[in-house]
Amino acid sequence: MNSSPVAKGKKHFGMMIVHILLIVAGFVWVYPFLWMLAASFKTSEEFFSKGLSLIPASFNLANFIRAWNAAKFSQCFANTLVITASVVAIVLIVSAMAGYVVGRYSFKGKNMVMGIFVASMFIPLGFTIIPIFEIIKMMGLLNTRLGIILAESGGSHIVFILLFAAFFKQIPNELEEAAWLDGCGFFRNFVQIMLPLSKPVIGSVIIMQFIWTWNSFFLPLVLSLSNSKLWTLAVGLYALKGEYVVDWTGIAAGGSIALVPIIIVFLFLQRYFVEGIAGAVKS
Amino acid sequence: MTQSLFYKQHQRRINLWCWAFLAPTLVLYILFQGWPIIASWYYAMLDWSGMSSHINFVGLKNFQEVAADRYFWNAYLNSFKFTAGVVPLQLVSALLIALILNNVRLKGRNIYRTVFFLPVVTVASIVGIIMIFIWGPNGPVNGVLQSLQILKTPLNWLGDINLAMGTVIVIFTWKNMGTNMIYWLAGLQSVPQELYEAARVDGANSFNTFRFVTLPLIMPIGIVIALLNVVGSLKVFDIIKTMTEGGPFFATDVVATYIYRYAFSSELGLPRLGYASAAGIFFGLTIIVIAVLQALITKGLKRRQADFE
Repeated sequence: MNSSPVAKGKKHFGMMIVHILLIVAGFVWVYPFLWMLAASFKTSEEFFSKGLSLIPASFNLANFIRAWNAAKFSQCFANTLVITASVVAIVLIVSAMAGYVVGRYSFKGKNMVMGIFVASMFIPLGFTIIPIFEIIKMMGLLNTRLGIILAESGGSHIVFILLFAAFFKQIPNELEEAAWLDGCGFFRNFVQIMLPLSKPVIGSVIIMQFIWTWNSFFLPLVLSLSNSKLWTLAVGLYALKGEYVVDWTGIAAGGSIALVPIIIVFLFLQRYFVEGIAGAVKS
Repeated sequence: MTQSLFYKQHQRRINLWCWAFLAPTLVLYILFQGWPIIASWYYAMLDWSGMSSHINFVGLKNFQEVAADRYFWNAYLNSFKFTAGVVPLQLVSALLIALILNNVRLKGRNIYRTVFFLPVVTVASIVGIIMIFIWGPNGPVNGVLQSLQILKTPLNWLGDINLAMGTVIVIFTWKNMGTNMIYWLAGLQSVPQELYEAARVDGANSFNTFRFVTLPLIMPIGIVIALLNVVGSLKVFDIIKTMTEGGPFFATDVVATYIYRYAFSSELGLPRLGYASAAGIFFGLTIIVIAVLQALITKGLKRRQADFE
């Protein structure tokens, strides 16, 4: 406030150093992506002769076209989109419903159910993957998109139930009581009063689940091993590696394509994301 | 009388609605979490390939075999080595960055946050494949180290039996640090501003402020973050599978890749679902023990804190 110009200058200088350090660290941090983006425009020869440079000689799109068509990325992309959108929708609806009753009502057996849910959050997928595989097989859903969707939405949303529950808990009772008096039933109360209030939570659930499912690898790999038509981007990219000669520039182009949607979603919903996690950490 | 009857009916209706709202979650949970947890115990006692209807009940034989398998214990130990490397590295680097980015006067801090968060939102298999090249003999890492004269000859970071684990740890930390940064930021924001002002009035420098004000207050959240890190890094699969497949010579083989090899890959002939299940149970139990221990420690700490106050 009334600090001397010298102190101010010192502070300014300190800030500048912080910025320089952050810019250097940030550059190192995103270097792999810049490298991938550059590689996806390079020809194979350029890639191997000048692999380090971040500016391609020309912006040729051949790699993108090859990845999209020959490597069937269009199909992988569509699969990933359908699977991710469905999982996000299912998880959102299911966890909002559960979070609503858990957060606002006390009923018999609630604590036991929640206890079991929370306890099993720590169990690794490697432990349950074989029975999950068998159940999907028994249901006749092996090598179908529905199988992957169901398995993906299966055990992962306990955190979101807790998030919704914590949010609904702190909404004042008066709102709901007024709705009851107006003849609003249980279901309409939830859909018309409660859900519209919970936009911040909905935002963070969408973005977190989107990131998880879009990037998910283990389950889609195991559940679609033998049917390349169902591969997601994560599995398709993995399969590209090592099958023949490694097509580095093709993989780079594929990787760049896979990044686009997630970055768009992230940029749009970023605000909710930080808020959502902050809320979860505090409670 | 009628009043209480009405109330009872009302209460029962509410109860029904509650369970109806919980039902979808329950169904999904039972199918893909509850039942699998129980079933893997049963599967673990079978000699079963999953392909044919040929199923033999072998009791605890699989467990004995897992316990006697050198490669299982190698993978088991590697999981812990990996965790022991990742957790401190991740916690400290994320806290440092969070402390810098928590400064309200820092311009562009949202851009920096996005930059450090970027690896978190990317597909692990892409990261894996890119990293094979970036850390490879002709990749940028060797290029930079050689041009700085730190290295004379390029190293094969992921292909060298002595370097692979360390490299995998660094790459995993790079990929997931952003999540920890957000956790720490959330923790830092819960520290009341008045305390900082009071410390400033008392003439504390920034290190002392951190040591005596910030650190004690974010400790409880820090323990939770540490646990999430432990559990998360013990589960590691994607990055290792796509970068090293557990190699070279099993140097980065962890329990998840070990299980995958026995249950789903054709490298070893017919899959052995029962055997893989037994290995999964060994490991799952370990994680549960860690989670329970952590819960007890947190409880103890909270009680001590309460006594203190």
